[in-house]
Amino acid sequence: MTGSEAMAKCLELEGVEVVYGYPGVAIANFFDSLGNTKVRQVLVRTEQNAGHMASGYARTKGTVGVCAVTSGPGALNLLTGIATAYADSIPLVCISGQVESDLIGSDGFQEADVTGAAESFVKYSYLVKNVNDIPRIFREAFYIANTGRRGPVLIDVPIDIQRAEIKSFEYPEGVNLRTYKPTVKGHIQQIKKAVSELKKAKRPLICAGGGIFLSGAKKELRTFAERYDIPVVHTMMGIGVLPTDHELNFGMVGNNGTVSANKAMQECDMLIMVGARVADRAVANPDTVLDNKVLVHIDVDPAEIGKNIGPTIPIVGDAKTIFTDMKELEISVNTVAWIEHLKEYRRLPDPLRFSDKAVNPAVFIGLLSQEMADRSAYVADVGQNQIWSCRNANIRDKGRFYTSGGMGTMGYAIPAAIGVKMADRDRQVVAVCGDGGFQMSMMELSTMKEEKVDIKIIVLRNNYLGLVREYQHYSLNDRYEMVRLGGYPKLDALAAAYDIVYYRAENMEGIDEKIKSFLTTDGSALMEVVVDPQDTVK
Amino acid sequence: MKKIYTVLVENRSGVLSKVSGLFARRSFNIDSLAVGTTDDPNVSVMTIVSSGDERTLEQIEKQLNKKLDVIKVKTYDETEAVARELMLLKVKYNKSNRKEIMEIVDAMKADIVDMSEALMLIQICDRPDRTAMLIRLLNQISITEIARTGTLALPKCE
Repeated sequence: MTGSEAMAKCLELEGVEVVYGYPGVAIANFFDSLGNTKVRQVLVRTEQNAGHMASGYARTKGTVGVCAVTSGPGALNLLTGIATAYADSIPLVCISGQVESDLIGSDGFQEADVTGAAESFVKYSYLVKNVNDIPRIFREAFYIANTGRRGPVLIDVPIDIQRAEIKSFEYPEGVNLRTYKPTVKGHIQQIKKAVSELKKAKRPLICAGGGIFLSGAKKELRTFAERYDIPVVHTMMGIGVLPTDHELNFGMVGNNGTVSANKAMQECDMLIMVGARVADRAVANPDTVLDNKVLVHIDVDPAEIGKNIGPTIPIVGDAKTIFTDMKELEISVNTVAWIEHLKEYRRLPDPLRFSDKAVNPAVFIGLLSQEMADRSAYVADVGQNQIWSCRNANIRDKGRFYTSGGMGTMGYAIPAAIGVKMADRDRQVVAVCGDGGFQMSMMELSTMKEEKVDIKIIVLRNNYLGLVREYQHYSLNDRYEMVRLGGYPKLDALAAAYDIVYYRAENMEGIDEKIKSFLTTDGSALMEVVVDPQDTVK
Repeated sequence: MKKIYTVLVENRSGVLSKVSGLFARRSFNIDSLAVGTTDDPNVSVMTIVSSGDERTLEQIEKQLNKKLDVIKVKTYDETEAVARELMLLKVKYNKSNRKEIMEIVDAMKADIVDMSEALMLIQICDRPDRTAMLIRLLNQISITEIARTGTLALPKCE
């Protein structure tokens, strides 16, 4: 058995169903071996998107997403995909080919120090030096990626190692990592302390982040919030932890969040942060948030607790386990007045005004998400389209919302949507992009066609890189440098080129009907939605 | 504030760059860093001295613990430690300042370990503040070369 056959065997044993990738000579042996297994190989059109597809797949399946690329430029193109996954704690195993072991360091053809380059945004990385280490390394990589705080693991495999004969293939049953023992179960004394504070609280609040999905704690969070009537706000990565129209859901926090969520954050006397890392976009002034309140911070990564905000009660562990343990303890809190008070804020109208010359993106997104199936996925790209989506999309109980929250990587939506759909073929998948992000990722339309995945794509068109334009409007005296998208492709012709049904909305007339036929199109569809460049998110 | 970190790590290639890269990436200071193997050849020990505010110093410990090649981190103040630094200094001398240099070496409990007609090689093994003091004193004369280990430290026995 060769090294590449061993690699393929490892993936089979890990239950991997699909590998997203792009070949080059330095990884061709691996793909050759993988061709002899049942693992599906998906050829992407640029390596970064292999990372995003694996991310969409992993987030939907709750398993590890896998991608494989060649050495040098292939691996470097994947870096953005890896960093995007790292910022949102998505479990990936990324395999890169490398030049011959004894050429490493000689600046050979297509050589790059990818483990070095990726070091600060991988959970761990390996450069394989001995073919006999392959089974252990792969076993460890999958374990590390999908336990504790999830994240990407990189395995760099020189081509001679892929070709070499392995002495004997034995896949280890477990891992033996003395330096890695993530804490899953929360400390019971800390939990009791939190509960006794909760008993005293008059205005408790839960702020939930993407960690809820990663730990599979959606049900537990909902049960907990409903049982004790505790209002919930969420971060961008936490959209969908509770249905948007759930009575206890007061919306997204942060500088792009809702009034009710931010007021709730300010006025609560007890804040339970769970699976959220108190990043700058969610909590602008972490030091002032703590005024007059008790903070309980639940996170599986101890380094997140106290990083940006001083914890009063830290609980290190997995959200699901901790909610289950908390449920065992008797708590009664009367939050009727608090909730009524917060509802007042919810009734405040959204201060944003939109142009009536084109499609109103806020109303459009609201209608679109209402029309989407119960079991659907809303995949938002990055930019104004993302903020409008976060604030207006209605995500139901069985729905999911995906976006690149931490890294804000443009061009995430279409490849991620392909990964989502491949992980769950029965789910309706809608990708919402701006015209900047769309042009960064439109090469994947051919992957979409080739893999026969049915994605509905919205392009909010304003011919500008809108979020930067907005910044220039507010902070740079309306000097619109580098943001106008000229040389614009005809999207109808583009859709035709890829054999995709095309729709266009220039204004709100008959928009309901258009959305309905767009969503019910047989196969993929692209809808160009014209919005006014003057429309803003602030 | 200053803290000393004794970090036990897996003795693998690339670990030093992973740890020092962590400090660079997160804008943590490295006042000094010394590495060597331990009684167990699979384990290396890094002694890192860093300074910063309380939150930063706590983050350093947590981020170090998060690294998968890090086995154990011990954190302590200078006051809780026995800290030493070994330093070699080359000094240019002449007849008029030779005596003065030898007096400084004596007073600082340093040693002259090598010598030529124009150069002296001085060795000192002492607390980091005293090695710094020796540099200050000899700087007024003429230091031509310097080599130092950086702070090595262990927590006091009691």
